Amino acid sequence: MRDEVTMNWDRISRDPRFQTLHRRKQGFLWGMMLFAVAFYLLLPIGAAYFHDFFKIRVWGVINVALVFALSQFVVVWAIALIYSRKASQDFDVLAAQISSDLAQQRKARPAT
Amino acid sequence: MIQRHVKGVAVAVLILGCTSVQRAFAQGAVSQDYRWLTFTVFAVILAITMYVTYLAAKRVRSAADFYTAGGGVTGLQNGWAIAGDYLSAASFLGIAGLIALYGYDGFMYSVGFLVAYITVLLLIAEPCRNIGRYTLADILAYRNDPTKTRVVGAISTITVSIFYLTAQMVGGGVLVKILIGINYETSVICVGVLMLAYVLFGGMVATTWVQIIKAVLLVCASLVIVALVWAPYGFSFPGFLQDLVSDPRVQSRVATLLGTSAKDMTGAELGQRFLEPGLYFKAPIDQISLGLALIFGTAGLPHILMRFFTVRTALQARRSVVWAMVIIGGFYLCTLFLGFGAAKLVGSANIAAVDAGGNMAAPLLAQFIGGGPDSFFGNFMLAFVSAVAFATIVAVVAGLVLASASAMAHDLYVGVLRAGAGQVVSPQGQVKAARVATIIVGALSIGIGIAAKGQNAAVLVGLAFAVAASANFPCVLLTLYWKRCNTSGIVAGMLVGTIAAVGLTLVSPNLTYPKAIKAAAHQVLEGEAAKRAASTTALDAQDPQLVAKAKKDLAALDKAVSKAKADIENWGDTQTSFMGLQEPLIQLKNPGIISIPLGFLAVLFGSLLSRDRRAEETWNEVYVRQHLGIQVSHSTPETAWSPTAGSAVPDGWNRASPVRRR
Repeated sequence: MRDEVTMNWDRISRDPRFQTLHRRKQGFLWGMMLFAVAFYLLLPIGAAYFHDFFKIRVWGVINVALVFALSQFVVVWAIALIYSRKASQDFDVLAAQISSDLAQQRKARPAT
Repeated sequence: MIQRHVKGVAVAVLILGCTSVQRAFAQGAVSQDYRWLTFTVFAVILAITMYVTYLAAKRVRSAADFYTAGGGVTGLQNGWAIAGDYLSAASFLGIAGLIALYGYDGFMYSVGFLVAYITVLLLIAEPCRNIGRYTLADILAYRNDPTKTRVVGAISTITVSIFYLTAQMVGGGVLVKILIGINYETSVICVGVLMLAYVLFGGMVATTWVQIIKAVLLVCASLVIVALVWAPYGFSFPGFLQDLVSDPRVQSRVATLLGTSAKDMTGAELGQRFLEPGLYFKAPIDQISLGLALIFGTAGLPHILMRFFTVRTALQARRSVVWAMVIIGGFYLCTLFLGFGAAKLVGSANIAAVDAGGNMAAPLLAQFIGGGPDSFFGNFMLAFVSAVAFATIVAVVAGLVLASASAMAHDLYVGVLRAGAGQVVSPQGQVKAARVATIIVGALSIGIGIAAKGQNAAVLVGLAFAVAASANFPCVLLTLYWKRCNTSGIVAGMLVGTIAAVGLTLVSPNLTYPKAIKAAAHQVLEGEAAKRAASTTALDAQDPQLVAKAKKDLAALDKAVSKAKADIENWGDTQTSFMGLQEPLIQLKNPGIISIPLGFLAVLFGSLLSRDRRAEETWNEVYVRQHLGIQVSHSTPETAWSPTAGSAVPDGWNRASPVRRR
């Protein structure tokens, strides 16, 4: 029985649709992640090394530093929004298809 | 029977709270006449949370109920609970205070704490929900040797939680003392007893609701204050800031911070400087190092990870993080107005006079906005904010105690000790173990809280984040995403990450170095005579301004001299820090930039230098499960794939090795 289960995982992982899901998800997630970390690190780096740029005033007394810090909030929320939409419209749908197919296969071929 | 206990404890806590509070207070920010208001507001919050605990206690029957509220929490509820768990007194009062005292630099903390949730959302929350069960070690034990990984996972969970918990206890005790004048020990005991009542009887159900209630109160209080601060400017952001930078008190605060370099600056320039970075952070590398620890540490905080096991599906886990990001982000935007508003309306000097760390900025602002220290509404606002601050500490501590108790009971006792002896613990036995562990951790936290009086809470929080980022985060991330990751890697990563983070902090400038202090003190004493002579001559000057300045200088000199003498006496013959060092070995205040890469390297090399067939064989299972989320939580592979095996593995704590079992 144990072997049966183990084999099952292997088979699913080789399923081309699963491979597609995995590839798309990894590309998306790590891309977003790298962007978010890089964008965030610009804040302490800029504050520390580009003081002259950060102090330029853009709107009344509001300077680049403040705008950049506030833009981090926008970026964080935008990533959350983009990811949840992408996940529910794309990843979740594909995952649900694979899972329901699996359930049907199991019904057709009763557990040992 | 449990219900009767809860009632009894609730009454006892109320009585203990009221009587000890009456006896123990000295002088706090809340004036004597209005202290009853704080207690009334707090008693109402207490009554609500106790009622929730009473209801929750009926629902706690199994270990799953105790640790994860039976998985019955919705995404929205969990989002609020995460916010309640995360927005500790440090961020609520501490960040508002930093912004009030140092302007822009304080706000950079807010940004870091929020960006941290990107890591949680994209990489951690959903796979953890799909793979884990009750604890962080569950995730690690999935592919690896359960005994070894549970031991290291539990150790690091307890380490991180204890640092964090001590920080909350110390910070909370001090705050409550400043706010309402209850003495330090009494407030630590009150927090401890209250928290124990919630966790012990209500488990995760009560903890979740306490966190939700507290988060809602905190957000409401902040929104009201922000509205009142901002409304006079017609909700114009530039208008608000323009008024801030033109404020003479803000300008003089910047002048004080900059010292001699501010000599040639105009008032407008000084005010504008408050909105620029660099008033708080002096060393760039410290800032970056702290930033890294913040954005990766959150994803390794056991009490935050544990929250994802309270929802049923990956979709709900995702929703909880998104809600948490909205709530936490919104709150951190408020801190900008809380801090700047306090700097302008209360004045940095007045804030620092009550508490040098600036923690009183938000409460004092609330009082001012309500109409000042003599008005009823002003005192009502102060009372409300103080009560929320106290509820905050209790809610965060409850989450931390639950996380450490689960590591102790579920991982160490049930998963290692009893499983090692080949025994399976019954569901009732598991709940009992969880409650016993809660009492142990609760008692410990009270003891540590009292013993750690006077420790620097900010350093302790920084350390908790550093260990979480350097040990927990690399291990969890790589076991989820890297096929070759195995037991040796996890053990190495946990040990190296924890030791590096703690070790580097111990040799950092955060500790006290008596030699330097005494050298500075001697310098003050040596310079005393010359300075005194100069100021005394100035006393005879014609210009009244000069005379006033000389008097001020003399007073400051007296203060500095008596402090220097006290320092020299205090440290006696001690030349070295707690670690036996005369001076710090590294100049880094937060170890993140070194210890995080070390943690990752340790997992990498540990894994590559050994082979673990089981870790690789289970990879496909982890890989498929984390994407598809099939058989989540209540199922070990055995229970889900074969109907007969379900009852044989009670509660499925032990996803024991399929290879070995075969």
